[in-house]
Amino acid sequence: MDLNLSDEQRLLRESAERFVAGSYDADHRRKMANDPLGFSPAVWKQFAELGWLALPIAEEFGGLGGGAVEIGILTEAFGRGLVSEPYIATVVLGAALVERCGGTVQKQAILPKVADGSLKLAFAHSERAARFDLAKVATIANKTAQGWRLSGSKVAVLDGHAAGEIIVSAHIHDYQGPSGRIGLFLVPAKTPSVAVSDYERLGGGRACNIELSDVQLPQAALLGDGHDALPAIEWAVDRAMAALDAEAVGIMQVLLETTLEYTKIRKQFGRPLSANQVIRHRLADMAVQVDESRSMALRAALKVDANPVERARAASGAKAKIGRCARFIGEQSIQLHGGMGVTEELEVGAYFKRLVAFDTLFGGSAHHYGRHAQLGRNVVPA
Amino acid sequence: MDLSFNTEERAFQDEVRGFIAKNLTEEMKRATALTPSVFSDPDIGMAWQRTLHKQGWGAPGWPVEHGGPDWTPAQRWIFETESARAGVPNVNVMGVKMVGPVIIGFGSPEQKNFYLPRILSGEDYWCQGYSEPGSGSDLSSLKTRAVRDGDDYIINGTKIWTTHAHHANRMFALVRTSDGPRQQDGISFVLIDMNAPGITTRPILTIGGDHEVNQVFFDDVRVPVANRVGEEGKGWTYGKYLLEFERGSGIASAKLREGLKAIAELAESDLTGRAIDSPDIATRISEVEVDIDALEMTELRVLSALQTGQNPGAVSSILKLRNSEIRQAVTRLGADVIGHDALAVEPMRPLYRLNHEPAMPEEMLTVVPEYLNGRAYTIFGGTSEIQRDIIAKMMLGI
Repeated sequence: MDLNLSDEQRLLRESAERFVAGSYDADHRRKMANDPLGFSPAVWKQFAELGWLALPIAEEFGGLGGGAVEIGILTEAFGRGLVSEPYIATVVLGAALVERCGGTVQKQAILPKVADGSLKLAFAHSERAARFDLAKVATIANKTAQGWRLSGSKVAVLDGHAAGEIIVSAHIHDYQGPSGRIGLFLVPAKTPSVAVSDYERLGGGRACNIELSDVQLPQAALLGDGHDALPAIEWAVDRAMAALDAEAVGIMQVLLETTLEYTKIRKQFGRPLSANQVIRHRLADMAVQVDESRSMALRAALKVDANPVERARAASGAKAKIGRCARFIGEQSIQLHGGMGVTEELEVGAYFKRLVAFDTLFGGSAHHYGRHAQLGRNVVPA
Repeated sequence: MDLSFNTEERAFQDEVRGFIAKNLTEEMKRATALTPSVFSDPDIGMAWQRTLHKQGWGAPGWPVEHGGPDWTPAQRWIFETESARAGVPNVNVMGVKMVGPVIIGFGSPEQKNFYLPRILSGEDYWCQGYSEPGSGSDLSSLKTRAVRDGDDYIINGTKIWTTHAHHANRMFALVRTSDGPRQQDGISFVLIDMNAPGITTRPILTIGGDHEVNQVFFDDVRVPVANRVGEEGKGWTYGKYLLEFERGSGIASAKLREGLKAIAELAESDLTGRAIDSPDIATRISEVEVDIDALEMTELRVLSALQTGQNPGAVSSILKLRNSEIRQAVTRLGADVIGHDALAVEPMRPLYRLNHEPAMPEEMLTVVPEYLNGRAYTIFGGTSEIQRDIIAKMMLGI
């Protein structure tokens, strides 16, 4: 039992924090918010040079073989700067799905390119009617003589506009009809009949909706051998949520620090706001919730390779709890900044919006408390 | 990083489990489960203390030279966790975890030689004389006075919320020996024989129906000056040192988990008409379980920091605050889970020796009393409001 950072992990944290503090200021964020790409290719190149894109990829495919704790160290620092590069979509979701489901040829074709920064990925899974139920997929992949024909609508695809390859989930229909299996398909950007409409994402970065209308794909587009991909999807999303949890911790920490500073300098009735007990106690509650969130994010990261039920309960428990803390800290940060907190003139709002987006991504607190409860039915807590 | 224990730690875990399985009697277990107040009655608690002492485990946090087992922080965590899982009785924490460390830290050699072995063996039973009717959160305003008379102090005043004063033969107390410029000055830490003439004890019943706390009156009580710990007038420093122990003994999640487990089992049983089938109850169980997970991780983070000699800082206030709030959430949930049976009152004590058939199944007997008595968790040992003050001051610098 040891939850202290190793020397390598400490170095990673230092370099990530230094990079974000040096490259990510308010001006940079404003520029990115107005940029049609939503992030900086130059920064992505630096990510590659720093080894961050290779971090969780296995060594045999050009990666560094890091784990969820290392990813969390990075994404927490990203949270501090509201980094908008497509890291979660490409490295945490995309590369993980390829590594887990793909055949050797596919892995060799894709993973080294992710690691060196020349290929970005996205994962198109969510559908409007499914809400946050990962098992509900209405998109269909029909087996054809040449390969596959995909039809369906995907929503909330993170960074799909920037991806060279989009991983699309679909129900496999073979010649006999519905197979009951979900498959993952590699769809190159600009494939005919794939309509990507991207939009600015709440809190920074971009996302898109995708229409697939009889999209023709070769046989080799299917990742792996066509086993049901649902367990892999659940695993990858639980992992992505752990990375997002850590990012949220970084965001909350900044909001706590900023708000604390503001209550010390803002004077009303002849004294600083922080001289009032009601304000001090609110800040104490915020500090407690940042700390609880930190614990839960770490817990989710340390359990990503546990058995599926334990992993999923840790992931949902953390997402639910941190989502609730995020709302509280975000809303209270605005409240304590007074009228200025609701303006675009301060950055508090930008950090708040990223937290709201965090709570929504892959399902909010209510959804994940529900999933946690569902998975725990008739299982007495151990 | 690693959440799992290493080979030696797992071996130790097996040793603790084996020891408990061999020594914890069914009677002790049942009595503990059926105790709705914070502390076990002394006949149960001290029996377990003697058992631990025989094994050399009577005072896990003490240094070896005073009889501690020389455990690492991880071993202590394992011991406390396994003890909670098995449902062992509460020992006299006022002795082992409160006054013991103060005597070790600040007591004279004579005090150490006399008192420490008696705490270990269970020969002495201690109570804590801190709060007074006029001094609750503002503890250092205390007025119980000790006036020097030759080799004695003569003590007059009163203490309140004194847990198990009616069982204790000794009390450690903060008393005023002089009036300093600040109210924290002039306070001394003294050890009092509860059988001394002039001490009377008045029981106070709590809303759950239990007699656990008391008011104690001092009427010209003579206490030898030799029973003062450390310097005269420095008692506040020693008292605060002790409060850190009281708040941050740091291993509470395992007990909370056992409490929730008992409620979850009731919720899954026909006794409650399967309360868990209500989505509201199921979700609330998850919310509390997740809060316990977070507290446990924070405890383990503190433990990891301690293992490498780092100072975890003001986190003991976070642990106290969350432990007390989660404890209340567990007991509130319990009262809702048992449904109709939450209406019935069982006034007799102890609940493990009732001489009549109670109105509800035995598993439910403690649920409402625990909820009612449990309101005290956010009050004793420094209220939640005081903890927030400490967090704001120590962690946030405001």
